[in-house]
Amino acid sequence: MSAPLTSLDRPNSYIGRSVPRPNAKRLLAGRGRYVSDLRLPRMLHAAFLRSPHAHAKILSINTDEARALEGVHLVATGADLAKICTPWTGTLDHFKGMTSAPQLPLPLDRVVWAGQAVVAVVAENRAIAEDALELIEVDYEDLPIVVDIDGAREAGSPPVNPGSASNVCFRSQLDNGTVDDAFAHAAHVVEEEFSFGRHTAVTLEPRAIVADYDPAAGMLTVHHGTQTPYQFQDLYSRHYGIPEARVRVIATDIGGSFGMKLHVYHEDMAVVGLSILLGRPVKYVADRIESFVSDIHARDHRVRARMALDAKGEILAMDVLDLTAIGAFSTYPRTSVVEGNQVIRLIGAPYRFRNYRATLEVIFQNKVQTSQYRAVGHPIACAVTERLVDMAASKLGLDPFAIRAQNVIADDAYPQTSPTGYRFEALSHQACLNRLHELMNYEGLRAEQVDLRKRGVYRGIGIATFVEITNPSPAFYGVGGARISSQDGAIVSLTPSGEVRCLISVTEQGQGTEAIISQIVADQLGLAQEHVKVITGDTEVTPHGGATWACRGAGIGGETALQATRALKRNILEIAALILQEQPSALDIIDGDVVDAGTRNQRMPIAEIARIAYFRSDTLPPGTQAQLTVSHHFAPQGYPFAFTNGIQGCSLEVDVDTGLIKLLKHFIVEDCGRVINPMLVDEQLRGGIVQGLGAALFEECRYSETGQLMNGSLADYLVPMPMEMPDIVIAHVETPTADTELGAKGVGEAGTAAASACVLNAVNDALAPLGATINSIPITPAKVLKALKRF
Amino acid sequence: MSGFGEAHLEDADETVRVRFVVNDRKVACEVAPRETLVDCLRNELELTGTHAGCEMGACGACLVQIDGRAVHSCLMLAVQADGARINTIEGLTENGAIADLQAEFHRRNALQCGFCTPGMLINAHELLSQMAQPSREQIRDALSGNYCRCTGYEAIVDAIDTVAKARSAGGTT
Repeated sequence: MSAPLTSLDRPNSYIGRSVPRPNAKRLLAGRGRYVSDLRLPRMLHAAFLRSPHAHAKILSINTDEARALEGVHLVATGADLAKICTPWTGTLDHFKGMTSAPQLPLPLDRVVWAGQAVVAVVAENRAIAEDALELIEVDYEDLPIVVDIDGAREAGSPPVNPGSASNVCFRSQLDNGTVDDAFAHAAHVVEEEFSFGRHTAVTLEPRAIVADYDPAAGMLTVHHGTQTPYQFQDLYSRHYGIPEARVRVIATDIGGSFGMKLHVYHEDMAVVGLSILLGRPVKYVADRIESFVSDIHARDHRVRARMALDAKGEILAMDVLDLTAIGAFSTYPRTSVVEGNQVIRLIGAPYRFRNYRATLEVIFQNKVQTSQYRAVGHPIACAVTERLVDMAASKLGLDPFAIRAQNVIADDAYPQTSPTGYRFEALSHQACLNRLHELMNYEGLRAEQVDLRKRGVYRGIGIATFVEITNPSPAFYGVGGARISSQDGAIVSLTPSGEVRCLISVTEQGQGTEAIISQIVADQLGLAQEHVKVITGDTEVTPHGGATWACRGAGIGGETALQATRALKRNILEIAALILQEQPSALDIIDGDVVDAGTRNQRMPIAEIARIAYFRSDTLPPGTQAQLTVSHHFAPQGYPFAFTNGIQGCSLEVDVDTGLIKLLKHFIVEDCGRVINPMLVDEQLRGGIVQGLGAALFEECRYSETGQLMNGSLADYLVPMPMEMPDIVIAHVETPTADTELGAKGVGEAGTAAASACVLNAVNDALAPLGATINSIPITPAKVLKALKRF
Repeated sequence: MSGFGEAHLEDADETVRVRFVVNDRKVACEVAPRETLVDCLRNELELTGTHAGCEMGACGACLVQIDGRAVHSCLMLAVQADGARINTIEGLTENGAIADLQAEFHRRNALQCGFCTPGMLINAHELLSQMAQPSREQIRDALSGNYCRCTGYEAIVDAIDTVAKARSAGGTT
């Protein structure tokens, strides 16, 4: 399936062209401007004393010696900041019945995870601030702790939040069709319990913030390494009581985010308060161990799931219980239940069956909070579904491709509504399956596998279909009461010299937002991309919008830019028509020139129109007011989400003596609708896949029984490194969404969504002749050897 | 403010004068004995192209050239580098030594957030100065101490591979 031809497909269109990112050259020259690089006049540095206990009462805090240290400007406790900052609660209205305790920048009387910030010191430099931390005495009284999921759910388990009846944050149930009946009459049932370890984003630049409160102007400026400057403008304004127009959040270059840097962190809120208390800029950059103990973690799910099939291998029903532990609080303002909610709603999404039941239970524990991180919920939903499909295939003697081909929703059967309530506009599972089969030379890989097994070499082949949520409407957060926008805004101007400036609310984290926006603007206006300047990430400059998260930059931001640029073009052509004494409809713009629409003969450069409009308006007809700046907003309408789909495949080898897994090759066929820049899309897929491969094999935040994080360094927490990662082969199917002119959907989560499922299936495929199975991620050598009963 | 201890005052005040040749210019600065080279480069000399990622030599973001070799500036105290010739991403950019690598990284989009990139470039430069035509496997091996969360590495391997071949073809190595 390919996109129908439109004006976006004309020859020399920038849409669909792999052009390099204009803003990447600065980064290559070491001229990035990350918040961690920033130094302002009279800037001070904050450091935080952290709790050594997973759960304890704070009996007393003595800061006298720390305050006396030369170079220390302020030592602040929870009580100090509570005087100026209102508390926040990480719940959303549409998650009925969910609870979470109110949070403050620093705790008043109780710590709830090991690593929680307790006291802040602000000093001339970071080293002095850290010296002062060592002079602070805190007396704690241990409280009973809850670390694992089972312990938290036991009757009589100590409550994470005193006064609560249980440790349940949220419970949700879906029930569609006749699940019990389907299982009762099924020819085959497969069932498994899965566990998914906690892992975390490990952005190479840790969280960084510089808050700069100017008491004379009553103005707060925050330089913040974040994806979502508008969200933080709103939150800083409301929690510190500063009018929104006097809060400016600037998000410049950022060393990775992946969802992790769009949540409220206690230290970040504290730093804003510290700057207000001091009237000076205050900087805080997390060090690596602080990142591990205070950045949000993700996943931590235990899923029991079963699937019913008829005698021919038709899926009839699924029944799922997802338990997930989220730490002591639900994260603000997006909560910690979205992942679980997406797990139970995405399970089974590629398939046709109608009987579905799922229960989600979200549980508090004494660990750092979990929340949204790249591909929220998708990897869990995908692994559970795809492993059960493989187990069913094995039971029925069907090939993994065959059982999927038999069960996926047919490409010509859309629109469809899933039994979990998701509405799919148009997906392409069949086309993707067929393409992958050919792309990975499936028959060849199987033949090679058989040959190698005879020599004691255990290769595994895994595939995993997936559905991805992109282009979220207000159904995601807005309906729950969160002031998180699903619309975006752009201001496009023709400059006096005939170039175009575009100020837009979507933000750049390196994925190429500014590049694709400049491609769309250049394409739609009709000028060379190097004459388009895109500006992002400053609430005082760019219009309010959702910014970049949940795969909305290209689909929503791109459509905003498209519509804004078309409006600007109309305005330019109106002026051109007056000057040239033509009808605007008889004119067009190509490569910076106004041309006759029919003949394409050049009439005048748009720079000349700009010159006349800005400097010689006296030569235009009386009453003419040239509008060479256009502001435009776009909110997604139609489907609440633009779902995408695809399928991944991988080939790997398991060393049955050491349990080590070598990834040989990875494949993906992906459908994100219209592709604006194929190179950037492919690099999103590759980066996303490698993040998923890290989760599959290496990454886990390991805790002791006392709730201490055991591997909080980059020597102990394993991330995917170049040597272990395979080359990745990519193909595309393009099914544009009809909800926008542009037709683009998101692509940022697709790689991560299915990579770990793919590896899980491949490892089980490799181990199948040895009668061993794996149901837990990450798949460490120890787990492989245990499954083989060799450890 | 009153009552601070004498010992604390002395600790905070003690500095040492160090001299380096940084990016072909002689520089001197006063550093605390405990200050790492990466902090000195970033804070005292404002060479913020060198990044601190893990502060334990595991991620490669802080790589600089010291006396011609790639070295983790987070694992070295500034005082230990006294007398050394140091090149950072800024100097290597200005003298054109890695211009072909930078151009190919740009063309191939071998970076996203860019935070690992200076370290990647310095390590790639080191590899190509020692091995004219590394295989993809050898490139991956050489980069095994450089962490990148964004790209998945393949584009970086592609870019280095392309430059190695171009340099060999052009006889510039």
